[in-house]
Amino acid sequence: MTLHVKERRNKGGTVLVATGEINSETSGQLLQALLPLVREGRSLRIDLTAVTYVSSAGLRTLLVVYREAQHAGVAVTLYGVSEEVRFVMSATGFLDFFAAGEAEAANAKARAAR
Amino acid sequence: MSESTTEQVLRVDAYPTHEVGGYRVRAGKPFPFGANVVPGGVSFSVFSDQATSMTLVIYKRGEAEPMAELEFPEEFRTGSVFAMTVFGLDHENIEYGYRADGPYDPVTGHRFDARQVLSDPYARLISGRDVWGVEPDRSRGYQYRSRVCLQDFDWGDDTPLRIPAEDLVVYETHVRGFTRHPSSGVTAPGTFAGLREKIPYLKELGINCIELLPVFEFDESDNPRSNPETGEKLYDYWGYNTVAFFAPKAGYAATGRYGMQGDEFRTLIKDLHAAGIEVILDVVFNHTAEGNEQGPTISFKGLDNATYYMLTPEGYYFNFSGTGNTVNCNHPVVRNFVLDCLRHWVADYHIDGFRFDLAAILGRSADGTPLPNPPLLESLAFDPVLRHTKLIAEAWDAGGLYEVGNFPAYGRWAEWNGKYRDTVRSFLKGDPGVTGELATRVAGSPDLYSSRGTSASVNFLTAHDGFSLADLVSYNDKHNEANGEGNNDGGNDNASWNCGAEGPTDDPEINALRLRQMKNALAILFTSQGIPMLLSGDEVARTQQGNNNTYCQDNELSWFDWDQVDQNSELLRFTREMIAFRKHHRELRSTSHPTGQMRDSLGLPDISWHGERAWQPDWSQESRLLAVARCGTGDDDVVYVAMNAHWESHDLELPALPGGRTWHLFADTSAEAPYDIRTPGAEQELDNAGKYLIGPRSVVILVGRTNEPGTTGTF
Repeated sequence: MTLHVKERRNKGGTVLVATGEINSETSGQLLQALLPLVREGRSLRIDLTAVTYVSSAGLRTLLVVYREAQHAGVAVTLYGVSEEVRFVMSATGFLDFFAAGEAEAANAKARAAR
Repeated sequence: MSESTTEQVLRVDAYPTHEVGGYRVRAGKPFPFGANVVPGGVSFSVFSDQATSMTLVIYKRGEAEPMAELEFPEEFRTGSVFAMTVFGLDHENIEYGYRADGPYDPVTGHRFDARQVLSDPYARLISGRDVWGVEPDRSRGYQYRSRVCLQDFDWGDDTPLRIPAEDLVVYETHVRGFTRHPSSGVTAPGTFAGLREKIPYLKELGINCIELLPVFEFDESDNPRSNPETGEKLYDYWGYNTVAFFAPKAGYAATGRYGMQGDEFRTLIKDLHAAGIEVILDVVFNHTAEGNEQGPTISFKGLDNATYYMLTPEGYYFNFSGTGNTVNCNHPVVRNFVLDCLRHWVADYHIDGFRFDLAAILGRSADGTPLPNPPLLESLAFDPVLRHTKLIAEAWDAGGLYEVGNFPAYGRWAEWNGKYRDTVRSFLKGDPGVTGELATRVAGSPDLYSSRGTSASVNFLTAHDGFSLADLVSYNDKHNEANGEGNNDGGNDNASWNCGAEGPTDDPEINALRLRQMKNALAILFTSQGIPMLLSGDEVARTQQGNNNTYCQDNELSWFDWDQVDQNSELLRFTREMIAFRKHHRELRSTSHPTGQMRDSLGLPDISWHGERAWQPDWSQESRLLAVARCGTGDDDVVYVAMNAHWESHDLELPALPGGRTWHLFADTSAEAPYDIRTPGAEQELDNAGKYLIGPRSVVILVGRTNEPGTTGTF
C-alpha cells in the first residue's frame, strides 16, 4: 500500500492531503513532505480523510511532526480522521497530543457556521 | 545544536559487511538482547549456551512460510551470544524467530530441535494471539511470533509515583474482567483502553494502586477443558502461563490487531499515574507455558533447556510450581533475564511495582533446595533501576515451601500475608481462640515483620485465587463444577461461612447478616496496620457463585458486573468511606509497629487493647470480642475499633479520653444505612460518653477527638 501526498496553499496556511496508508514503509516519505512545510512557518493542516490506516510507526511520525512544529512555533492540526484511525489514536494516547489543535479547529468551524 | 531533532545520526556501523541468504548483514551487537532497530536495519541478538548453530527465521507478517532463513555466521558469535544486524527489513511488517541446532539428549537436559521455530525470550511484541478468544490455527508451524517493537513513547513528565508503601491501598483486578461485562459501557470492553475509561471510578473509590493479574503475553486458548454442564470452552483466563515475558498481551489491547498493545498499555499507565494511581504487575517467573516433557516447545525449551529449567538428575522437570516445570531462577543467566525483564517494565512502561507469583521458588537453587541467601532476590532488592519499585512476594510455592514472615527480604520485600487472611477470616466466622492472633494481625503482624515494619505486610482477605468477599459469606464449600474437574480443583481450606444457607437465598435475615459480615471484613481490613489489598468487585459484592478457582472462567463468573455499582451502592459507599477514613488517620498507616508505649502528648499508649471493660481485653478461648485503640502518629485523634464476632451484643465500656476529647461514631455495621458509616471528619458525637452497645457480629469504629474541625491528618 502506498501513500500519496499533495499540498495546497491557502491564505490561512498550508494543507497537506494524504491518501493511502501511513506505515513504516510510507512514513519516511510523509516526513519528507511535512518537515519543509513546518519550516516554512505557516500553519499546517494535515488532511487524513483518505487515509485508511495509520500504523505504530505512522503515529510516531505524526507525533514527530507535531513536536517539530511545536519547536518551530507552528500550529498543526489533523483533519478528517476516520473513526477507526481516531479510535486507534485515542487508545494509544496519540490523540491527546493533537486534541487541543482539533478543538481549536472545531471552534473556528463553529464560529464560521454562525 | 542542530535545528531539527529528526536528523539521522551517521554511524560507521550502518553498512553491511556480509551477505547471507540474499540479505545484507553485519555482525550485530550482543547487547541488548532481542531485536532492536538500528540505522538501516534491525539488530538481532540471542543467547544459547549449547547450540551448535543458530538461524534467524523471518516471516512476512501473517504468512505461514518464512520469507528468509539466515544462519548466523560463526564469526557473528560472541561467547554464547549470536548477534546479527540485517539491513533493509521493513521492521513493522515482519515476524521473526530462531532455529537452534544442538544435541537432543533429555538426560543431560538438552532438547534442541532445529525443526522448531522458537520465540525470542526478549521479544517485546508478540503476534499470533492478537484478539482475545479467536481460535488459533494450530496447524501453523510457529504460533507465538516475535516482532520488532518501537520503544519510543512520549511520556511527558510521567514517572513512577513512589507513593510511600504504608500509604498504599491496593486494588487487585484483571484487565479483561474489569470491563468485559456488557454493563461496563466502555468503548472497548475488556481492554487496556476500557480500563482507562474506568479510572474515574477507581479514583472515586479512593484506591491509589492497581495490581493487575498477569499481562505478559499468554495463550488464553491453551486450556483443553470445557464446562461439563454447558459444553462451553474453558480458557486460561487468569494468564499465569507466560509465553513471552517482555511483551504485553495483545488480546488485552483494543489495538492488539494492529500490534499497538505497547502504546495502549503505556497510555493506560500514564493516565493512571495522572490520577494518582500506581500500577503493580503480577509477574510469574516460577514457571512458563512450556510445561513438562509433554508440553509444547515455545522458546526456552529449544534455546537452552538445561539453563532455564530446574531438572532432575534424569532430565525431567522439577514441578515446584504445580504446573509442570520450574524456572531455574538462580542460574546466573536466568537471574539476568529476570532482572532485564523487570528493568524493561520499569524503564519502558513506568511500572511502579511487582507482585511475584509463588515467589518462594525464586529462592530455590537449581536442584530445588531453598537457598539461605538467594542471589536473585538480593539482585532484585538492590538493582539500580528497581531501587524504588515495590517488590511483593507471594511467599510460598506448590512444593511445600511456606516463607510468610521469613522470606529473604533484604529490607525491601513485602509479602502477601496469608496468615492475616486466615486469621481474620477465622475470627469473622466466629471461631473460638482467635482473639489473640487477631490482635497480632491487625497490628501489622509484628511477630512476622518486626525488623521490616508494617508495610512488609500486604493484608488481604480475598484475592483472585479463592472466594470473593460475597462468596466468603455465602458459601461453606467451594462449587467448582464448571471448571470441569469434578470439583477437585481449588483450595478446600476457605475459612468461609454461609451465614445460614448455601448460596443465594431470599431469607432477609441471612442477606442482612451477609452484608454486615462484608462490612465487618472491610472495616477490619482498612483499619489494620500494613498495606490493605482489596479484590476488585468486593466493594460491590461481586459473586463467583461459589467458585473459588475461576482461572478458566472467561464469563460472568469472573467479570465485574457494573450493574452492581448501583445495586450494591450501600456496600460501595461503605468501602469508599473506609478507604477515606484510612487516609485521614495516619496512626493506621504508621511505618513502625506500635509498641504499647505511652505517647507523652496524649497520655495514651500508641496501641491499647480493650474488651467489654476498658483496658481489659479478653484473650480467653471463648472470647470473640476485641477492641483496639490507636493514637499518636502525627495525628491528635484516637481511633477505637471494636470487633465483635460473637452472635450476641455486648456493652462496651469505652476508655477515657484525654484533653477535652470525646468519642464520635464513625461506623457501626449493625446500624441501618446511611447510619452505618459517616464521612471522615463528620462523625457523630456519642450521647453516652462512656458506653457503647455493640451489636451481634458487628464492628464499631469511634474517633476520639475534640470538636474543633481540621484536626485530622491526610496523605
